[in-house]
Amino acid sequence: MYNFEFVKPKTLEEAVAALSAEEAQVLGGGQTLIPTLKQRLAAPAKLVSLSGIEALQGVRADGGVLTVGAGTTHATVAAEAGAYPALAALAGNIADPAVRNRGTLGGSIANNDPAADYPAAVLASGATVVTIAREIAADDFFQGMFTTALNDGEIITAVKFPIPEAASYQKFEQPASRFALVGVFVAKYADGVRVAVTGASEDGVFRWSEAEAALAANFAPEALEGLAVPAEGMIADLHGSKAYRAHLVGVMTKRAVAAAG
Amino acid sequence: MPKDHGIGASPKRREDLRFLTGAGNYTDDINLNGQAYVHFLRSDVAHGKINKVDTSDAEKMPGVLRIFTGADFEGVGGLPCGWQVTDRFGQPMQEPAHPVLAQGKVRHVGDPIAAVVAETPEQARDAAEAIVLDIEELPAVVDMKAALEDGAPKVHDDLTSNLCYDWGFVEENREAVDEAIKNAAHVTTLELVNNRLVANPMEPRVAIGDYNPATDESTLYTTSQNPHVIRLLMGAFVLGIPEHKLRVVAPDVGGGFGSKIFHYAEEAFCTFAAKQLKRPVKWTATRSEAFMTDAHGRDHVTKIELALDADHNFTAIRTETHANMGAYLSTFAPSVPTWLHGTLMAGNYRTPLIYVNVKAVFTNTVPVDAYRGAGRPEATFQLERVIDKAARELGVDPIELRRKNFITEFPYATPVAVEYDTGNYHATMDKLIEIADIAGFPARRAESEKRGKLRGLGINCYIEACGIAPSNLVGQLGARAGLYESATVRVNATGGIVVMTGSHSHGQGHETSFPQVIAEMIGIDESMVEIVHGDTANTPMGMGTYGSRSIAVGGSAMVRATEKIINKAKKIAAHLLEASEADIELKDGQFSVAGTDKSVAWGDVCLAAYVPHNYPLEDIEPGLEETAFYDPANFTYPSGAYACEVEVDPDTGKVTIESFAAADDFGNIINPMIVDGQVHGGIGQGIGQALLENCVYDENGQLLSASYMDYAMPRADDVPFYKVDHSCQTPCTHNPLGVKGCGEAGAIGSPPAVVNAVIDALQSGGYKVDHIDMPVSPARVWAAMHG
Ligand SMILES: Cc1cc2nc3c(=O)[nH]c(=O)nc-3n(C[C@H](O)[C@H](O)[C@H](O)COP(=O)(O)OP(=O)(O)OC[C@H]3O[C@@H](n4cnc5c(N)ncnc54)[C@H](O)[C@@H]3O)c2cc1C
Repeated sequence: MYNFEFVKPKTLEEAVAALSAEEAQVLGGGQTLIPTLKQRLAAPAKLVSLSGIEALQGVRADGGVLTVGAGTTHATVAAEAGAYPALAALAGNIADPAVRNRGTLGGSIANNDPAADYPAAVLASGATVVTIAREIAADDFFQGMFTTALNDGEIITAVKFPIPEAASYQKFEQPASRFALVGVFVAKYADGVRVAVTGASEDGVFRWSEAEAALAANFAPEALEGLAVPAEGMIADLHGSKAYRAHLVGVMTKRAVAAAG
Repeated sequence: MPKDHGIGASPKRREDLRFLTGAGNYTDDINLNGQAYVHFLRSDVAHGKINKVDTSDAEKMPGVLRIFTGADFEGVGGLPCGWQVTDRFGQPMQEPAHPVLAQGKVRHVGDPIAAVVAETPEQARDAAEAIVLDIEELPAVVDMKAALEDGAPKVHDDLTSNLCYDWGFVEENREAVDEAIKNAAHVTTLELVNNRLVANPMEPRVAIGDYNPATDESTLYTTSQNPHVIRLLMGAFVLGIPEHKLRVVAPDVGGGFGSKIFHYAEEAFCTFAAKQLKRPVKWTATRSEAFMTDAHGRDHVTKIELALDADHNFTAIRTETHANMGAYLSTFAPSVPTWLHGTLMAGNYRTPLIYVNVKAVFTNTVPVDAYRGAGRPEATFQLERVIDKAARELGVDPIELRRKNFITEFPYATPVAVEYDTGNYHATMDKLIEIADIAGFPARRAESEKRGKLRGLGINCYIEACGIAPSNLVGQLGARAGLYESATVRVNATGGIVVMTGSHSHGQGHETSFPQVIAEMIGIDESMVEIVHGDTANTPMGMGTYGSRSIAVGGSAMVRATEKIINKAKKIAAHLLEASEADIELKDGQFSVAGTDKSVAWGDVCLAAYVPHNYPLEDIEPGLEETAFYDPANFTYPSGAYACEVEVDPDTGKVTIESFAAADDFGNIINPMIVDGQVHGGIGQGIGQALLENCVYDENGQLLSASYMDYAMPRADDVPFYKVDHSCQTPCTHNPLGVKGCGEAGAIGSPPAVVNAVIDALQSGGYKVDHIDMPVSPARVWAAMHG
């Protein structure tokens, strides 16, 4: 780790002001950023911790929408997002208790790791990412591996999830990291079905529109018979080929539909 | 009734109190006055010519005390190899130099190029980043067969090729084996890879060098399984420090699994630099450094052929292995694919003719050496996989095929140079069939199938040679050391006992099990016995702990020393009781005169030895302290039968272990609970190898599985609750405790059981899959099903 300055503001305004400094960076739960610093792969001059800001905390269900503060930990979402069970289950299965007690929703989606779990939920829910500056639709937010619509210094404050009629997240774990080798989030709304896939694609989280159309007509695993994502563009690594990942997308989608019921 | 103390009892491990409450004293917990820190600048290319290492800017960085490079180690010895293998043609193996810091070339990712010693670890690391390297990258050799091709880049320019040795065993059998295979009724052939592993002890390696100018003494604190071996190798071969001026301390050690046997460059560096700088120098490995500098394990590519006659008797085995040595020869590397592997190829079976060929190869990868089981898992895996395949090809039951060929008469001299003293392979198989409920398997399979899962049953038998080892024998085989063990038993004036053992405990529980033996022998409470180990300053020369040797060899030395103590104590008791020595009996801590009610307690005899007022000084010396060195007459041969049941998810290829049963014969057992724990841990590691772990390099020699993000360790939910039994006991015939050792069995016996079970599951689903290389990952299973 290189030396850096550390501040822990109490309000968003103070955080924004602190972030205007050269090479300042937001620190959420630190579960991605701190290991990166330890490896000396990043060298911010200043870390602005969001963990002291009350306004970024908490889970609230209201009018069919679940709003989760960007600083809310995975453990809190697992415990308190009862209004959206599939989301609570997803959060409760990220990593291990230590990581869940520190890692945050905002940090996870800002990072947009191609194998992270939350991006699948945000995209499949058609959620809205709220920042200090604007509201960004999920479809516009994720822009490929480790890339988002966020501007420099733009803090995510909350994510608003429309609560679906039925939903499930099915994750096939990469054996070593236990991130998603393939994870599929299926959410059924009155006006349609959304299917988001994480872990699989070289372009990061994506929607599987063919499956969405088929499921909109018939929300049952059988509706997916014969559908497949192309292997081209899938990730290939030590843990699975492109073809294997493409295959798993089909399997996990069926399982998600079956589990969502 | 289970016993509550002594041999056969299961007292809780006394060392766990300090381990579980954070009160252990590990090497990294030691901090010396004035300590400086070293950071190693390591190669990020697998193979390269060092044109220049420019340290001039780095030297000016804050806190820097000195920067060392390979040039500082010219005239200093290199890291020695402790075993010399002689090849098929009677020639010694090729043995390259292994400098402490790279000289001229770097040969694997992680090879140390420079070492920065500074006031703080951060300053050392900052300065290391300011070193300017001019390294010309050279083509790397990673694949073993490619490394042996003409014109392949050479890892060591001064050697004739990348071949370390081409070993044949038993060379005289070669033609007879070829002939037998040609004439066999059936030959089953299998080609397989024994995957490269990283040992991953929980505690990464640490070294602290210290030098006392007043006495000219050097001390090394290090994470080692064998401090005396390190003192000998480092003192005599690297740094030229005589043993009486060098102390090596291995305090609490958080797991080794073999990887902490070897003498590493960082140990020599810290000892050397401490003397140069007259300050203690400390190094603590990061986990990343552990991945790229701890010796790796396994990494064999093998073809095995099993010949059978028309009655399914095994008639011959021929096996050909390429064994990866990595870039340099680690301390015991040459012995692993040869003497720890070839000698085990008979397994539990009567096969009259065996020929083993091993080509050991240098590549631009981390050195490979012993890892839990060392050679024996590689032998067992190929043998038990090929037997399973033969059973399938012949349409016979795999248990029956094994039984038909079991060795049943002991002692049994194998065609591969060892003589098994005892064993009862049918008994362990019978026990396995019972505890694994083999009879209930079809019903369990049907139940799995109802849930859309494929269920498989995998059987495995193993034999291992441990209790390593008879010194005269290993000397003939190329060992450059003896493999005895030592113990000093010091009885204090009030009867308490301290045992100073050359064995080293790094998780095995010696502090609990060793006292049980003495308590049994004397008839006193275990709490009166304390074990001291891990410091060359206060233990007799010992060879340390590996090869499941601690109780079999170290325990035997302790027994011998304790026998001397008892003999002397009887003389003292005879004097105190005014009786003849021949009439003295020792029971429950009381010396009594046979046939009388006259007795004297253990404590009074001890007191008399140290306060010799009424004492036979003309016949015996005062005091009660004895040392023994024990050199075993043979290896010990634990054996067992294992059964694994798996479910395969045909949609994803994911394998889950549904049950695992182990019936082992470890001879006599000192502490059944500790033995259970050793078997559990070993099976866990074996399941890790079979399903999860894989150390992978790309074709340029970059380590792809360099962290836990990509190197999969087994976790609690990857393993089942084990059914473990060690009630089949054929005591070892040649050591005083009748013990065989249990440390490696689980890791040796489990991988073939797992893979056999996966193949069985796939075959049951109609998939014509004969073999999948480990780790049997979901992706590999799925690919095999759809291959
Ligand atoms: C051992 C381990 C296992 C893991 N397993 C999983 C897993 O299975 N699945 C999974 O999805 N994740 C996993 N993770 C990642 C974990 O979920 C992280 O918590 C998450 O990716 C990052 O969240 P964080 O709050 O820790 O962010 P940080 O590490 O603090 O920050 C990450 C990035 O986001 C930025 N950032 C943080 N908060 C905000 C904000 N509010 N607005 C804008 N930018 C922000 C930071 O500047 C930084 O660039 C694992 C992590 C570890 C260490």
